[in-house]
Amino acid sequence: MLRLWRKIRRAGRVAEPAPPPPADEQPAVAAGLGGSVQFRHLDAGSCNGCEVEIASAFGPVYDAERYGARLVASPRHADALLVTGPVTRNMAEPLRRTYEAVPAPKLVVAVGDCARDCGVFAGAYGVAGAVRDVVPVDLEITGCPPRPEAIVEAVRVLTGR
Amino acid sequence: MSALGVVGGVLQPLLVAAGAPLLVGVTRQVRARLEGRAGPGVGQPWRDLRKLLRKEAITPRGTSEVFRLAPLVLVATTLVVAVVVPFVTTDSALDPVADLFAVVALLALGTVAVALAGLDTGTAFGGMGASREMTIIALVEPTLLVAIFALSVRVGSTNLASIVASTLHDPARVISPVSLLAAVALIVVIVAETGRLPVDNPATHLELTMVHEAMVLEYAGPDLALVELASAMRLTVFLGLLANLFLPWGIATTATALAVLGGVLAFALKVTLLGAVLAVGEVFLAKLRLFRVPELLAGSFLLALLAVAASFFLA
Ligand code: SF4
Repeated sequence: MLRLWRKIRRAGRVAEPAPPPPADEQPAVAAGLGGSVQFRHLDAGSCNGCEVEIASAFGPVYDAERYGARLVASPRHADALLVTGPVTRNMAEPLRRTYEAVPAPKLVVAVGDCARDCGVFAGAYGVAGAVRDVVPVDLEITGCPPRPEAIVEAVRVLTGR
Repeated sequence: MSALGVVGGVLQPLLVAAGAPLLVGVTRQVRARLEGRAGPGVGQPWRDLRKLLRKEAITPRGTSEVFRLAPLVLVATTLVVAVVVPFVTTDSALDPVADLFAVVALLALGTVAVALAGLDTGTAFGGMGASREMTIIALVEPTLLVAIFALSVRVGSTNLASIVASTLHDPARVISPVSLLAAVALIVVIVAETGRLPVDNPATHLELTMVHEAMVLEYAGPDLALVELASAMRLTVFLGLLANLFLPWGIATTATALAVLGGVLAFALKVTLLGAVLAVGEVFLAKLRLFRVPELLAGSFLLALLAVAASFFLA
């Protein structure tokens, strides 16, 4: 326990200083949420590269939580879906149902090149399409995988903080 | 009903309802800082609640009135407890309800309502959360009763207001073995009952490790806001109870403006400090395996029982 305490003292604050707020305009739906957006992450068929980046965006260094975002365990608690990967045939219906389970007003963020346009998996036999072919998408994050900075920036566009 | 009791009965629920989300904000902020994060600020839980209240209300298909009424029962029972327990003033607005057994029963009623709502959704996780919560509450309630009962033996009354007032008149009691044993037992059960580490992790996303969260997975919008507000209020009520049973100083004994203001400030300070200590403790603890939780709670029950025995033999 003392070792942990010393480690906490030594590490101090690891969160990087907040970059200037993003210039992009906040979607009208997100403005009504008032600086608190809860995300439900949904893996629609990703290679897990995007997941690692999401985890680090919400980790101590990038600390997306300081802008009022939080990852939650249930779509019913969420305001926005973070969808990663190309939508595979098996995940198209679960994605649709998850979208329906989110109480309005709701947003969908497509994370990564796969979610935007199937990326390297385009044309594969198991792929049903990009996220916007299945549910309406409000925001897209480019990159394969996107850098945590890009994810944090998208999160800040939604929370407006 | 005295003037002091009325003042307390009006101020306490307002203070608890307004302050509870801030208390949760403080515990999250303390944890964030110790983890090296910047943290979202203490106002974040209020922002979350404001947003949830404006969202669409969804009741899942196949759920009954039990599911719809549970958040109201949870908030209502917690509010009644906030009205009657001596937090700010030593007199209680409804003296007969400020009884140890009535207060513990009210708090248990809220827990049972949520557990039934978890079962009502018919999902696997709802049922799992409900069964875990019942396992824990079956061990928590007796300890809670016995630990506070140990304090009431010397007072000769199970009225919480009398217990607090008598500690105020006889400060030496706080460091007696009875008080210390009861305090340790009470701290363990409060940690278990409010769903904090090491019994339950309030920040978990993994359904398999959830207890409280698993029961409320299906709530959305305003209903979820009520459930979250109520769990924050329960945390405040339990910490306030702990603070005032063992360190009642600062509580208002007369109905003057200064005394009441002092009571409010002392209550806020004590609860915030306890919340911060709880958050620091959580950083150092890992979650216990579910099958080890009964051992922890049985240990705390033993301490409570020793406290009662000591209160008879050392009196
Ligand atoms: S965008 Fe890249 S990292 Fe993300 S799921 Fe697709 S292939 Fe993997």
